[in-house]
Amino acid sequence: MPHAYPFLTPEQKKELSDIAHKIVATGKGILAADESTGSVAKRFQSINAENTEENRRLYRQLLFTADERIKPCIGGVILFHETMYQKTDDGKVFTQYLKERDMVVGIKVDKGVVPLAGTNGETTTQGLDGLYERCAQYKKDGADFAKWRCVLKITPSTPSRLAIVENANVLARYASICQMHGIVPIIEPEILPDGDHDLKRCQYVTEKVLAAVYKALSDHHVYLEGTLLKPNMVTAGHSCSHKYTNQEIAMSTVTALRRTVPPAVPGITFLSGGQSEEEASVNLNAMNQCPLHRPWALTFSYGRALQASALKAWCGKKENGKACQEEFIKRALANNLACQGKYAASGASAAGGDSLFVANHAY
Amino acid sequence: MTHQFPSLSPEQKKELSDIAQRMVAPGKGILAADESTGTMGKRFEKIKVENNEENRRSFRELLFSTDPSISNCVGGIILFHETLYQKSDSGKLFPQVIKDKGIVVGIKVDKGTAGLNGTDGETTTQGLDGLSERCAQYKKDGCDFAKWRCVLKISDSCPTSLAIAENANVLARYASICQQNGLVPIVEPEVLPDGNHDLLRCQYVTEKVLAAVYKALSDHHVYLEGTLLKPNMVTAGQSCAKKFTPQEVAMATVTALRRTVPASVPGICFLSGGQSEEDASLNLSAINQVPLNRPWKLTFSYGRALQASTLAAWQGKAANKAAAQEALCCRAKINGLAAKGEYKASGSADQASKQSLFTASYVY
Repeated sequence: MPHAYPFLTPEQKKELSDIAHKIVATGKGILAADESTGSVAKRFQSINAENTEENRRLYRQLLFTADERIKPCIGGVILFHETMYQKTDDGKVFTQYLKERDMVVGIKVDKGVVPLAGTNGETTTQGLDGLYERCAQYKKDGADFAKWRCVLKITPSTPSRLAIVENANVLARYASICQMHGIVPIIEPEILPDGDHDLKRCQYVTEKVLAAVYKALSDHHVYLEGTLLKPNMVTAGHSCSHKYTNQEIAMSTVTALRRTVPPAVPGITFLSGGQSEEEASVNLNAMNQCPLHRPWALTFSYGRALQASALKAWCGKKENGKACQEEFIKRALANNLACQGKYAASGASAAGGDSLFVANHAY
Repeated sequence: MTHQFPSLSPEQKKELSDIAQRMVAPGKGILAADESTGTMGKRFEKIKVENNEENRRSFRELLFSTDPSISNCVGGIILFHETLYQKSDSGKLFPQVIKDKGIVVGIKVDKGTAGLNGTDGETTTQGLDGLSERCAQYKKDGCDFAKWRCVLKISDSCPTSLAIAENANVLARYASICQQNGLVPIVEPEVLPDGNHDLLRCQYVTEKVLAAVYKALSDHHVYLEGTLLKPNMVTAGQSCAKKFTPQEVAMATVTALRRTVPASVPGICFLSGGQSEEDASLNLSAINQVPLNRPWKLTFSYGRALQASTLAAWQGKAANKAAAQEALCCRAKINGLAAKGEYKASGSADQASKQSLFTASYVY
């Protein structure tokens, strides 16, 4: 405990820090296109498209080849393993194609959730076995960041202390291994929005979870300046009867983060969870208008919130390619504005957001 | 763990938050005048003054009756228990004298260190017994903040995880109790400068200690916006052969704090430890010039670094009162500037060149 045994050289630290900053540069966020084969099946099913490897390639290609309007919006793209090795129609590997467009390539490295025996349906996440070697290979193959998702849920008896501690620990182990290979770990401790709990309950749980995560990162000697956080926004549960405004969500979220995420972390890239595309943008915008000091970038790492309309427009049909890309570009531009606090939801003015913050509400 | 049982009402939170903000308003810091009777004895011995109650009262009277303009640089004053109930020459209780100047009154509430068995001379700090009742009384008697000092040391085998965990826990208990009674807790986990370790070692240890402190504060449900931190600056050990510049000290310090102290903490008020008055001011100013985002105020909570010259000028003689007060005002003004990153040592280059002394590539 009292001695440091440094394992990252100054050059390695600089590389990690530079990558992280590049991903969350002003106006930029992450396209989470790392849906596993099983998750893609669900998406494709809803648009009656067949879940074949070729269709997956074609769909991702549409997103990656959207025109230069997305360049100021997308700092990084998270890929699933299969996608790392697929190519464009011209035969260029996707990773190379994305790099040439100045987007940092990321890779999902976890292997899904597994149950924690003796708990009320809680889980941890597996994938540490051989992660060291896998990371070395991914770095060679073009990845500069990685993602690992842990899941917690709110019920009267959860999250339990075990679930919090175990998930925090596994996230820290993953982060530590990534950094040894020049890969920036995105740390994702998602607290599901399922349930009827109110905003305050979610804020409280989020604070406890994040405090445990950052203590674990410290214990595992993770270099914070070379990491990113991908948390849930603080929202009420899906079945909570009380509806909260975007400003209340923003205030709760920023307060929770200010109480737990050290300023050394360069950026926080929110997951969209079950939010609609518009909600995800409006909430992100409200965060960036919050009158409290925010020492990290607050941006997006959206999957569904960037792709929902694009998928619908595509429907698996080649002739819909342009329409699909237009929808994606539209959301990318919206979130580019939102992460700078400049997004005007349709019908509202961008400047109007500030005054909607309730100054007295104690969080 | 999953349910909140809120222990502070919105009004209580607001009160704590407001007090903390007042104490670290821009350009202001804290005068630590809470030396215990024994410690005061050591200070007085140096200037050959007898350590009796009247002399202690006299010296504090000198400090607190200084020109009111001192409130431009001093946002809070920490007192020792005895001093809280002493009066100025005009018969006014000291807390009232201080409050009349618009300065917040604070009280040292710990009862000193106690040994941790099975360790290499490590300690925890006692004082939790009856602390709630004491805090309630102190609040009635004019205090709005409290201070509790824990001590850790760096050696080949220290600090141990026991010392770190135990001190973090006791600080969190103290903080929790204070807030229940409307007192803003200053959390002080001092890592001593004794030893020959280098700057990096101190930075590493400070990061581990602070990470543990903030985890404990979270576990104990402490309202961070209503607390202040009083840490050591990150410096090399006093007997380290290598000397480091104020910019190196500043960079290491701010890096350590950025990695551990949540942005919701309103202010960080450094202890001066064994530093000279001038070093303490130069280092604080350099800290406020570090080109990294610093979401909390970075200011001072100095004892010796504010009083050394004052004591020397006083020598226990009433005739020297004005000169002694002048010395105090001088140091207070300097540290007020340092808290804004505006203090330059006499004869040195201007602001711009100071910036360039930061070695951008030094990786901390």
